[in-house]
Amino acid sequence: MAITAGEEVMARDSLPSGPPELHVLAVDDSHVDRKVIERLLKISSCRVTVVESGSRALQYLGLDGERASVGFDGLKVNLIMTDYSMPGMTGYELLKKIKESSTMREIPVVIMSSENILTRIDRCLEEGAEDFLLKPVKLADVKRLKDSVLREQGEEHEERRSCKRKLQDEYMPASPCDPSSTPMPCPSPPSLQPPSKRPRLLNVD
Amino acid sequence: MEVGQLQRQFVEHTASMFHEGFLDGQFSQLQQLQDESNPDFVVEVVSLFFQDSERLLNELTRALDQKCVDFKKVDAHVHQLKGSSSSIGAQRVKNSCFNFRNFCEEQNTEACFRCLQLVKQEYLLVKNKLETLFRLEQQILAAGGSIPMME
Repeated sequence: MAITAGEEVMARDSLPSGPPELHVLAVDDSHVDRKVIERLLKISSCRVTVVESGSRALQYLGLDGERASVGFDGLKVNLIMTDYSMPGMTGYELLKKIKESSTMREIPVVIMSSENILTRIDRCLEEGAEDFLLKPVKLADVKRLKDSVLREQGEEHEERRSCKRKLQDEYMPASPCDPSSTPMPCPSPPSLQPPSKRPRLLNVD
Repeated sequence: MEVGQLQRQFVEHTASMFHEGFLDGQFSQLQQLQDESNPDFVVEVVSLFFQDSERLLNELTRALDQKCVDFKKVDAHVHQLKGSSSSIGAQRVKNSCFNFRNFCEEQNTEACFRCLQLVKQEYLLVKNKLETLFRLEQQILAAGGSIPMME
């Protein structure tokens, strides 16, 4: 099959046959870091949206209180990676807002910071952060994260499949693991990490 | 200059930048993220670093020149500079920011001013060396050679 420009659009409309693609929303006020994280994610075969602030991130997610506006293109976000220290809204504040939202709280949020401060790490984990990465973020970190998120999504997907009502025939999901778009709530616990979990800080020197 | 000579210069120059601590492993990470689909990735990131740094150094100069220095602002700028230099592997620039932040906390204007001079110096050094590196790359490619892989 010849590869044409239309192929990408076609692939999206049909059932995906390749490995599941994560759509990651990256938030960082640093221009340099935005460029680097975007490349790290693209090389890891993720779809990437990069924004420069917490408020832009909330706008993108449709959580800014106003009607869904600039940038909200309906593409489901599977993972949010945010810098901690940002002017205006910090990554911590963004994390809290996301976890307070009934529609968005299931999305794993990862905090990135250049500072290895244990109280900061603990606070973020207690607020429901999936992980805490020390900057500069490495390719190995992104790979580990991607594997972890895909695995969790896979597990959630399996749990919902084991529920009695059939979901498959109703519609075509955008991605194979799309838990929050299923209409029927399953009696399974949300995949939030317990507060006592410490991230595997593999990139600490 | 013939390709072999250029390539040798490139290898020596790169090695010395690492050896003398101007660059650290993060720079190598960036090089690994470059490929045929993104052949200018390193140059692009480093250019952003130059732009950011020059803006921050100007802001720092202005901030420390004030009658009443806003140390929170100064610290915020240094934090940003430390972050972006760390992200591209500009080790000596990054390291020169550590003490700077301590003096901000102590609200020591004189010491901060001295730190700023140091940071500026380190920045200019690494900028110069990186520009030389990129120039050598261009020359090698123009002469039909390929960029040597560094260990």
